[in-house]
Amino acid sequence: MFGRGLKFLSILTVVLVIGAFALVFFYAPNDADQGFVQKIFYLHVPLAIVALAGFVAGGVYGLRYLRSGDNAHDLRSYVAIHLSLILAVGALITGSIWARASWGHWWVWDEPTLVAFLIVFLLYACYQPLRFSIEDRERQARYAAVFAVVAGAFVPVNFMAVRFAQAAVTHPRVLDSSDSMPGEMALTFLLCLAAMALLFVTLWKYELASKHASIRLRQLRRQLAGDDDALLAVPRSAAPQEL
Amino acid sequence: MRRVVGAIVRKDLLVELRTGEAVPTMVLFSLSTFVLFHFALDRDTVEGDLAAGVLWVTLLFAAVLAIGRLFVAEREQGGFDGFLLAPVDRTAMLAAKALVLLCFLVAVELVAVPAFAILLLGPSAWGVLPELIAVLALADVGVALIGTLVGALGVQARARELIVPIIVLPLLIPVVIAAARATSPLLLETGAEALPGRWLGVLALYDLVFGLVALAIFDFLLEE
Repeated sequence: MFGRGLKFLSILTVVLVIGAFALVFFYAPNDADQGFVQKIFYLHVPLAIVALAGFVAGGVYGLRYLRSGDNAHDLRSYVAIHLSLILAVGALITGSIWARASWGHWWVWDEPTLVAFLIVFLLYACYQPLRFSIEDRERQARYAAVFAVVAGAFVPVNFMAVRFAQAAVTHPRVLDSSDSMPGEMALTFLLCLAAMALLFVTLWKYELASKHASIRLRQLRRQLAGDDDALLAVPRSAAPQEL
Repeated sequence: MRRVVGAIVRKDLLVELRTGEAVPTMVLFSLSTFVLFHFALDRDTVEGDLAAGVLWVTLLFAAVLAIGRLFVAEREQGGFDGFLLAPVDRTAMLAAKALVLLCFLVAVELVAVPAFAILLLGPSAWGVLPELIAVLALADVGVALIGTLVGALGVQARARELIVPIIVLPLLIPVVIAAARATSPLLLETGAEALPGRWLGVLALYDLVFGLVALAIFDFLLEE
């Protein structure tokens, strides 16, 4: 169900990720001001952008779950948010490293993009605890979907509010200023972004296939055992357990 | 629709009048927090940024208390079941609960804001009262909408008291930013400055976006 086209996608992702890293290290020039440190941007910015897109995608699948009641959409929403959380941790860590190297501090409060990202991260960190604390499967899926939709709408509003709050924008605006970026850098950056997006989709599909397989396996086991006691043996979990 | 909303609001306000569960608690909490800020900041008066921050953090934490309790009676005493059995539009519950929360917030602010002015605020707030009321009103609508959504979301969770604050506080950060920024020029020691209009715009936009989101998805929180 979820495994279709995985092989091709995996190969494409590996090629693109290797290609992107090769460009970062051998093709893109060192930044005139910041030197080698600037290259962390080719990792940090795609991580952050793809994580935010993943959060919003989680909201879209949440909405589709609410409209259709199809558990597969719940699983898609759950895995998208789960993966985005992991990428968000990566983006916070790489951003912190860069801030330390460039501004001399691990964390800077007068930096709207950083702060907005942290708020979004804190909000989504509640997603799993919320799921875990609702035992009824159907209700868990429905409430998690409502959370995903609200939080998905919150992402752009929050970024706007935080950006308004700081008059002096010091965060490098990669996409806005791509015309001022030299061609080699812009090309490398776009390829990195594409590689990260593809990596996300591939991991998402793998996780979906794996979750789907374990759910099917449990269903078959239950059928083989044929008694209802096995049904009760499903442990409480934040992840969707039925399809 | 209007009759249903009216009935629920009347019921909730009557319960609140008879039990005094939410509003007195929130008022006491706000007063304690002001005293706490007095000692924690070690200041007799605050103004500007600091005044706006103290006021808004206190009001929001007080709001969290009410948000956690908003749907508890409905769940524990079968209010949800009765409402779902009745042939009425489910959005009525959203509108009614948001209105009830709004009433609670206004009632708390009627006491807490004057108390803040007396206990902590340096400059007089009389001259800027209309502007202050505008900011409070816009922010309250946002808090009421988000509070109703998260209250309904959290009431079914096992660890309700833990889940509600950690979800609602990040969601309300844009309200804090906009409301505090809008309030701080009003409370300057050197004389009030003009109300920054764009922060009112941000608050209004927040209310609009989450009003629409709440309308679109609240029904799903009531299904059984």
